[in-house]
Amino acid sequence: MDWEAVIGLEIHIQLATKTKIFSGAATAYGAAPNTQACAIDLGMPGVLPVLNEQAVRMAVKLGLALGATIAPRSVFARKNYFYPDLPKGYQISQYELPVVADGELNIELDGGVSKRIGIIRAHLEEDAGKSLHEGFEQVTAIDLNRAGTPLIEVVSAPDMRSAKEAVAYMKKLHSLVRYLEISDGNMQEGSFRCDANISVRPLGEQRLGTRTEVKNVNSFRFVERAINYEIQRQIELLEAGGEVVQETRLFDTSRNETRSMRTKEEANDYRYFPDPDLLPLEIEPALIEEVRKTLPELPDAKRERFMRDYGLDAYDSTVLTASRALADYFEAVAARCADAKLAGNWVMGELAGALNKAGLDITEAPVSSEMLGVLLQRIKDNTLSGKIAKEVFEAMWNGEGGADAVIEQRGLKQLTDRSALEAVIEEVIAANPNQAQQYRAGKEKLLGFFVGQVMKATKGQAHPQLVNELLQEKLGGCKIIE
Amino acid sequence: MHKKTIAQLAAGLRSGDFTSIELTQACLERIRRLDSKLNAFITVSEEQALAAAQTADSTRAAGRGGALTGIPIAHKDIFCTQGVKTSCGSRMLDNFIAPYDAHVVERLKAAGAVMVGKTNMDEFAMGSSNETSFFGPVHNPWVDTAVPGGSSGGSAAAVAARLVPAATGTDTGGSIRQPAALCGISGLKPTYGRVSRYGMIAFASSLDQGGPMARTVEDLAWLLEVMAGFDPRDSTCVERPVPRYAAGIDAPLTGLTIGLPKEYFGAGLSPAVGDLIQAAIEVVRRLGAQIKEISLPNSHLAVPVYYVIAPAEASSNLSRYDGVRYGYRCIQPRDLEDMYERTRGEGFGAEVKRRIMVGTYVLSAGYYDAYYLKAQQVRRMIRDDFIRAFEEVDVILGPTAPTAAFDLGEKTSDPVQMYLSDIYTIAVNLAGLPALSIPAGFAAGRPVGLQLISNFFAEERLLNVGHRYQQETDWHARIPPGYE
Repeated sequence: MDWEAVIGLEIHIQLATKTKIFSGAATAYGAAPNTQACAIDLGMPGVLPVLNEQAVRMAVKLGLALGATIAPRSVFARKNYFYPDLPKGYQISQYELPVVADGELNIELDGGVSKRIGIIRAHLEEDAGKSLHEGFEQVTAIDLNRAGTPLIEVVSAPDMRSAKEAVAYMKKLHSLVRYLEISDGNMQEGSFRCDANISVRPLGEQRLGTRTEVKNVNSFRFVERAINYEIQRQIELLEAGGEVVQETRLFDTSRNETRSMRTKEEANDYRYFPDPDLLPLEIEPALIEEVRKTLPELPDAKRERFMRDYGLDAYDSTVLTASRALADYFEAVAARCADAKLAGNWVMGELAGALNKAGLDITEAPVSSEMLGVLLQRIKDNTLSGKIAKEVFEAMWNGEGGADAVIEQRGLKQLTDRSALEAVIEEVIAANPNQAQQYRAGKEKLLGFFVGQVMKATKGQAHPQLVNELLQEKLGGCKIIE
Repeated sequence: MHKKTIAQLAAGLRSGDFTSIELTQACLERIRRLDSKLNAFITVSEEQALAAAQTADSTRAAGRGGALTGIPIAHKDIFCTQGVKTSCGSRMLDNFIAPYDAHVVERLKAAGAVMVGKTNMDEFAMGSSNETSFFGPVHNPWVDTAVPGGSSGGSAAAVAARLVPAATGTDTGGSIRQPAALCGISGLKPTYGRVSRYGMIAFASSLDQGGPMARTVEDLAWLLEVMAGFDPRDSTCVERPVPRYAAGIDAPLTGLTIGLPKEYFGAGLSPAVGDLIQAAIEVVRRLGAQIKEISLPNSHLAVPVYYVIAPAEASSNLSRYDGVRYGYRCIQPRDLEDMYERTRGEGFGAEVKRRIMVGTYVLSAGYYDAYYLKAQQVRRMIRDDFIRAFEEVDVILGPTAPTAAFDLGEKTSDPVQMYLSDIYTIAVNLAGLPALSIPAGFAAGRPVGLQLISNFFAEERLLNVGHRYQQETDWHARIPPGYE
């Protein structure tokens, strides 16, 4: 039987506010345990939550970018459960009336196809603290620095049909929140976490199968693996005549498999009810318009513009607009060297490779867009060959300075002086009389050999096209073999 | 000195008849001597009190300070006080010392009031008799075997027995007004949002409101003026100017319409209380007010609605007491589950557990709509009854409680009977309105309270009527035998 997977994602995004969603404590990552938790975050008796307006603005921004409805009135609710890192015994979240509803996000699939993924809702809530087990014996330690950090949870419609689509959606949303500068999107630090709801059904069936939820998967790679594992597990279960149990599962990254965490029967009854400590959140149209004015050019619009204005193809445009920083970098390089194609090739090739190897983000690149732009200018004005340019790039990456300084210091200027080159070529021909003979006799393949020799003699600095031309001239009138 | 009101004490301090140190020492001495009979205090903060009195005397000597500078007061042990234990009447917080002051505490401190201690109360303010306190019941100063009412029973008893001129209280379903009535003092529950709840330990957040308790309405006015006002730390606190309450209390009552809800004078009201309220009605009529019978048709639903909403909120508010960060923790827990179960099992008393269970039940999946949601709908109906009534009348008048103080132990075995002692006060909290209870006489030697209710933020009106009534009567000036 052919099966179809149905996937919906719930993504928790940490908002990049300076202070917590309901208190004035700082949100910076990595502080000593419990140094960024005030009385409110600790759930002390009598203290009260006060909503952070910046978090609301960020939620509105995301809602607008998702083409969603911003609720004029939304309500904070308490989600009640006991856990040591949940200080109040409830999490303040939004339940029946979320701040954002009914949006969409387009993802690009292979072959330039685009697919609309529905966004059911996005709601504001506070994060819990952390329970620490490592390094402690007989006890669990609690760090409440993260407690009260603002999150927005984005719930997609079950519109994805494969792990690949799910990852494309996740990457798109990740890129979007960074464009909007509402989250650093740092997955290692937990700023962007994913729960995946997965079910399978026979192809053509309209009803949804029983789903499982895989909790807290924190990398694109693991999401893909977890979903693929889960799809396969469910299909095998059903084909063997079994049934999928509705449950929450965990992805074990070391064994690449999901395992049961708790079933529906064991699930908590969260006893949601409106938080009487907070008034309903009312958002005036004026605030929405104010936030709308701060929206940057969004990834889709930027991608269209790159195709139109720079003549880049769909793939390159998608890659180059994946993050705002990357797109800005590319645009700066393109402007400097006045050749968008060349800029695109270098940014996606040499630069991306080096960043990847060093594990750096574009914002941390040791070669600035200005530096790369100048380097590409030197290719354009024939100062450098593409090959030597790579050497210069490496030198710049290692901190040897800008392109011109490196060229000067290493004497890498391309040899374009006709008479100087002619002298070298004559020497090379003289040193290889047999090959010259053979070439002249019609073995035209040997032109490459001579080019190589000239390059070797000039340490690669000779202008390749000029070498070709002069060699043919000197070797005597043969046609160039393409 | 202990017989004087705040207004009289302030005059004495101002003219130099006595110092705040002397006054504070006198209070502390009375507490030492008399409180063993009452059990009104959980903590007496002598050292801090004397230091604050010293400061107040210096302030006055420098020609500064206001009406409350140097006046001793007590705080209900539900208000967090920096450096002084805040138990909330519970074993759960018997070791809890807050690193912050409640807004009300902060304001009174800034106004120069001198805190002498923290008063006894029903555990987490859940009770109408002060018998649920972990620190034992409070005795009514008028009749030793009677309850003082609750949950602000310690504050009411301390003020009635002239241990302090004033105290703070909180009112979720009548917890200021009912003990004020049963102890023969004056108590005001302000409009919801008038006084910040910051630092006031939550029982039922949508109903809780702090307010003043004193012997006269005039004193309440001075206290409210300091306690009220906007606080950005409480999102439900309303940003609205604070009137000079004491300035308007003398206005004549002519032209005022006072409504008598027929539902407050029906079955369940003890005849003796009914007679005293009738006499009070005659007093306000004599003062020029028009009397009009009105109806609050959903009154009978107030108690059942309250006992859905208040426990629901409480069950969630009290989840934080889990033994993890502060407060009581059971000895040698085996594991997390054991720690939760025994900490909460041992740390909370029976009434608190009962309400947590009720609240958990009414919020549960499958019951939420039938209980919590329905209760919220009825709550709006009750509120609408009042809004309609205030289109016709300025103030609503009735009894504070259906009976005078009952005996210790009389209702402890029957929670529903206990809950019914708040039958006339609860609707006010559900609606969010302000209400005042003032002494209106005695039934068999036990004080009886008169309740006045006004429209949202019309505390001035209540204080005006209450003060004029106290100009005509002397119930509020009576001192319990043995406490003269």
